[in-house]
Amino acid sequence: MNNTLLTGIELSYLVAAALFIVGLKKLGSPATARQGNVIAAVGMLIAIVATLINQAIVSYELIIVGIIIGSLIGAITAQKVAMTEMPQMVGIFNGVGGAASALVAVGEYWRLLDEGANIGFDAILIAILGILIGGVTFTGSILAFAKLQGLVSGSPVTFPFQQQFNASLLLTFLVGSVYLFIHPASPVILLALVTLSLVFGVMFVLPIGGGDMPVVISLLNSFSGVAASVVGFILYNNMLIIAGALVGASGLILTQIMCKAMNRSLASVLFTAFGSDTSGTGSGETATDKTVHAIDAEESAMMLGYARNVVIVPGYGMAVAQAQHTIRELAEQLEKMGVEVRYAIHPVAGRMPGHMNVLLAEANVPYNQLYDMDDINPEFERTDVALVIGANDVVNPAARHDQASPIYGMPILEVDKAHHTIVIKRSMKSGFAGIENELFYDDKTFMLFGSAQDVVANLVSQVKQLQ
Amino acid sequence: MSPELLTGLVVFVLASFVGFEVINKVPPTLHTPLMSGSNAISGIAVVGALLIAGTQDWNITSFLGFFAVILATINVVGGFLVTDRMLQMFKKKEAK
Repeated sequence: MNNTLLTGIELSYLVAAALFIVGLKKLGSPATARQGNVIAAVGMLIAIVATLINQAIVSYELIIVGIIIGSLIGAITAQKVAMTEMPQMVGIFNGVGGAASALVAVGEYWRLLDEGANIGFDAILIAILGILIGGVTFTGSILAFAKLQGLVSGSPVTFPFQQQFNASLLLTFLVGSVYLFIHPASPVILLALVTLSLVFGVMFVLPIGGGDMPVVISLLNSFSGVAASVVGFILYNNMLIIAGALVGASGLILTQIMCKAMNRSLASVLFTAFGSDTSGTGSGETATDKTVHAIDAEESAMMLGYARNVVIVPGYGMAVAQAQHTIRELAEQLEKMGVEVRYAIHPVAGRMPGHMNVLLAEANVPYNQLYDMDDINPEFERTDVALVIGANDVVNPAARHDQASPIYGMPILEVDKAHHTIVIKRSMKSGFAGIENELFYDDKTFMLFGSAQDVVANLVSQVKQLQ
Repeated sequence: MSPELLTGLVVFVLASFVGFEVINKVPPTLHTPLMSGSNAISGIAVVGALLIAGTQDWNITSFLGFFAVILATINVVGGFLVTDRMLQMFKKKEAK
């Protein structure tokens, strides 16, 4: 009987692992994505139920209380969170996942200590990995959350001898690990390693600024998967290892895509504190003597209303101002006047992969109006007006020709090739990269100053008057 | 290295390759849902949390397990629900 039960549990785990793979596969295509998510959730349910049947579990009170509390918090946050806050949300979920893995690693080690068991090399190695990856994921994600939420400054934080400080932390961690291998029964060392891992997470995200967040969020996503995998190693459970590895791979793919979209290596994103370095700002110094063509809403509305086609380029500024609904309204009014409206989405616009797509989807912008960078770039030459809303570095032409510019080589949306460009911007402040944008001084560019939400709302009413 | 650890490594490496194959070429629109959906899957650590929370009476391990259960459940439930909410929006306008 007992054997049948164990076989049943193992088979359920196999089913769960298969469902995760199918679910992820379906998540990758728009038509089946929702179904894929449900399939993965069913896999998770099967895995949890199978685990609860396990006879190794003797006390259910704590578990039930824990599941109820967790489900309530999870369900309420998932319902309440605004779409603009999605990057923070994904960030914090990565973090709690990593924390859970780290807690399991510590808890399991503690159990072995309590039992006075002889802790082998494998167990120690896995515990250390679990603590390190889980801990880094936890505090790294919490800091990323705080930066995205504006609780702490989103700009990169650097201090003298940062690299040396980090290296010494790493060295201490290694020494502590070696000590644990020699004397496995040292709770103090174990706790020291936990603390160091938590500090690592902070040090890891501290020098990374807002615009690089898509890379970091993807990477932390990958870490949370690997952390779950390590839990699989602790339990010798293949299903956990598979599930974790899948997430690890998916996070890594997204990380790669994001790095490529910025033409930067992962190492340069993580270690160079982009934008904090003011020495390499390239041609920015001469900016003051250039002139800017300001424009008001009425004139902009006329340009837009009498254009044949308009390409809207949203950026992080749109998310901050929550202007996506008003933008859709503007697009609808323009379409009424016979203007063809399209949206150009840069892969790293916003603070996480796909950020703009989610916001525009929330505002009911039709899917077929969204264009990827490669599809829309050849179209700009035939575009009457490019309307840039809260985007900056991703439309900076310096990336194409100015070798001194820190963003040189980054693929951009070539709005400067449009007949006219209107840039909605709060002020002349430079973007995340901290560099001047020569687009703003172009003769074909008009600057429409103000908060995206107010300005676009104004544009809507002005366009209505044209009809 | 024990045979179990080796088997685990084999499974890990093969599953990573499966992951790369399955997820490659996802359109940018789905980047966020993919991330939050896969994130929910990483909440599978809940299985480990359940096992250490329920195996013994009150002690440090079950206490840590209890917190791990809460955190992992937040991850799982919140992750899947928020992904569904997002994908629902995508669906709505496709029908349009």
